[in-house]
Amino acid sequence: MTQIGADPEVGGAAVPARPALRFLQIAFIRLGVLPFLLLIAIVVFTLLSDNFLTQRNLLNVARQSTYLIMVSMGQMFALLTGGFDLSVGTTLAITSVVCATAMAAAHVAMPDAVALAVALGLLAGFGAGLSIGIVNGVGVALFNVSPFMMTLGMASIGFGIALYMTGGVPVYGMPTAFGDIFGFGSWLGIPAPVYFTAALIVLLYLLVNWTRLGRYFYAVGGNIKAARLSGINTRLTLFTAYVLCGGMASISGLLLTARLETGEANIGASMPLESIAACVIAGVSLRGGVGRVENVVLGALFIGLIQNGMNLARIESYLQTVVIGVLLILAVVADQLRLRYMAGARE
Amino acid sequence: MSAAVPQERDSPAAEGAPLLRLESITKRFPGVLALDQVDFELRPGEVHVLFGENGAGKSTLISIVAGALRPDAGSVAFRGEPIQLHSVHHARSLGISAVFQEFSLVPQMTVEENLFLGAEATSGGLLNKRELHRRAEAILDRLGFPLRPRQQVGFLARAEQQMVEIAKAFRAELSVLILDEPTASLTERETDQLFRLIEQVRREGVGVIYITHRMSEIRRIGDRITVLRDGRYVATVPADSAEEELVRLMTGRVIEQIFPQIASSPGRAMLEVEQLSTVDGTVRGVGFAVRTGEVVGLAGLVGSGKSEVARACFGLVPLAAGRVRFDGADMTGASPRQMLERGFFYVPPDRRSEGLVMMRSVRENTTLASLDLPEFSSGPWLKRAAERQAAQRLAERLNLQPPRIERAVDHFSGGNQQKVLLAKSLTREVKLFAFDEPTVGVDVGTRVAIYQFIKELCERGSAILLISSDLPEILHLAHRVYVMYRGTLRAELTGEAIKQETVVGHFFAREAA
Repeated sequence: MTQIGADPEVGGAAVPARPALRFLQIAFIRLGVLPFLLLIAIVVFTLLSDNFLTQRNLLNVARQSTYLIMVSMGQMFALLTGGFDLSVGTTLAITSVVCATAMAAAHVAMPDAVALAVALGLLAGFGAGLSIGIVNGVGVALFNVSPFMMTLGMASIGFGIALYMTGGVPVYGMPTAFGDIFGFGSWLGIPAPVYFTAALIVLLYLLVNWTRLGRYFYAVGGNIKAARLSGINTRLTLFTAYVLCGGMASISGLLLTARLETGEANIGASMPLESIAACVIAGVSLRGGVGRVENVVLGALFIGLIQNGMNLARIESYLQTVVIGVLLILAVVADQLRLRYMAGARE
Repeated sequence: MSAAVPQERDSPAAEGAPLLRLESITKRFPGVLALDQVDFELRPGEVHVLFGENGAGKSTLISIVAGALRPDAGSVAFRGEPIQLHSVHHARSLGISAVFQEFSLVPQMTVEENLFLGAEATSGGLLNKRELHRRAEAILDRLGFPLRPRQQVGFLARAEQQMVEIAKAFRAELSVLILDEPTASLTERETDQLFRLIEQVRREGVGVIYITHRMSEIRRIGDRITVLRDGRYVATVPADSAEEELVRLMTGRVIEQIFPQIASSPGRAMLEVEQLSTVDGTVRGVGFAVRTGEVVGLAGLVGSGKSEVARACFGLVPLAAGRVRFDGADMTGASPRQMLERGFFYVPPDRRSEGLVMMRSVRENTTLASLDLPEFSSGPWLKRAAERQAAQRLAERLNLQPPRIERAVDHFSGGNQQKVLLAKSLTREVKLFAFDEPTVGVDVGTRVAIYQFIKELCERGSAILLISSDLPEILHLAHRVYVMYRGTLRAELTGEAIKQETVVGHFFAREAA
């Protein structure tokens, strides 16, 4: 064997020559895995159930997905800066419990001032949820605790407090107006939570794409040293990311409490996994610096769609968690494949 | 495959029987032809220097010899036998060992564990720790390195880690030793030690492939020099060839074509530093000044603290003592943001790790340091149209190739990434530019462009601080030169005194004194 690699065919480019496959590959590199998954899901569930592709059901999906959409958008900020937030579920729980407890107590104290009681409850709940984000932000940004440990610890602390406050029993006694407006209200046939979510989507889209702060999240997550050399206050940016994440989870918790009409410590247990899954499926990089609000909304909608479709197809709820886990891992694998293709196609 | 090849003890002058012969080696990476039909020959007992600019293909060539990369075409013959090196392990079994610039050490492990990583002695399936310790001591003794085998590598200084890396090459019988800029982080004494070692293995008939940029080292230990340029073989010349000739071979140009004449018109002092010391001790009691309209060079070896001085002034390294005045105001202990607002721009040496956000677009990177200006934002809101125009304008001015500002920086070549880094400094009003190793890893064309850029800035009245380990860069561009040595300022040179001998003379310690 004198010649090394004399045969140019061996070990040559692995790019397929067939145009259809090539097109799919380019689409995959450009758009990521989400459009493909959405398409497959819609086709499969339409075939499985006649009720799936109806206006009523799709509106239902939109409403059910709002809670996850909000949490996922918050989660996106943590992911953009190169971390993540495992305490979003706990934030939902503590928001719900504090909101319900405060609102019920205020309602008992002032039975006539319903609006005041509702406002007090909302404020208390939001404050409680936000404070988890603040503590996370302080830990990660100021004390350089790894996001994994910080938010895992806060998840345990928050959940413990929520259970301790309620003894594990749902909190009743909120004025019915609260649930009627924020949970079940609708206008022009569209449920109230959808309006809130739509407003938040617009707000966060503007924040991410049209403000300095939004740009700084990407810079800090993409390269924190370069961000620092560019005069960016990296600690403040990191801190804000976790506060935003906590805030979004908290708003989601308030709306979910209104829908359930009780304060519960057990809501949101699946939120950390589902929100991270929604982001990753939507192409948010776990290494930070990459991700778009609109895609994350689609990612969360996709998970809502899958759950709804599986319900219609009468797939057992235990199996549904299996499917979500599989999808998450699949999305990460697809992301890696995409990076590899990108490197190959860079020429 | 086989066990270590027995050492030939013939005389070093055994010419005609090369130890290693590479013929028309070609290596392609996505988008680049790293090596284009390169020939190379190594005789037993010779120190063969590989010479060329960053990106010339030296690293690719030694990676092929070390078995880390496989060539796309061409042939390799070892002791006259054609071979195919299919792994680093295979190369090592033939006695071919490489010491790369990037260390392959596990910081959590001890010196001896690192030395035998992947080649541990075992007895009955268990590690034979006593035997490993004994052998590690034997190797370190032979090399004369002041290391203890049970030290944890993570706690060693960079030079000491380098020694561990070198010692790894000696754990088996050697036939070819590859050293990639081994002295970059060594002190003079450690360098002497290394050279004695090279002399010793050379006498044993080992062939040494040596990569360096330093003329003095070529003269001291080299036998022959092979020059590469842009992935192509240029020439093989004896080690005592004239420096001008080597530079011409390396760059394809004469020195005058690379370095522009920069007119100096020093005005008021822009940056004044007194008795500056950092908390981590990398800078101790340094004082200097940079005036408008001049290029001030900061020279010194790696680890001399020349980079840290600028970083400390810019607010990246905490100060222990001293004063920093910028543009007439006391800015001691100011943050990077405050320095940027005042007009101090620090261009970091490593664009990947510190300079750019690689996965974001050229546009976003270009304006990142200037989004606070009214030009690019009002209140919290961005002015994206203005941003796009500014980025487009700068991309044209610096001749970004391809001129696509929405593309991720990651997808550009090294030279073009460097242009983006420079563009960053042009988005705001800057009075002092601190360039830290501005031409690392760029081709000659970009290098010329960067020098031209510096010339224009200086002649328009900006103050320039040029921090560089590339000596010709300092010698040809700087109007005044400060030389750093181990955290202190050694000398200030002006005019005629800026000569290679004087500058290098201050690089090293007179430790006996």
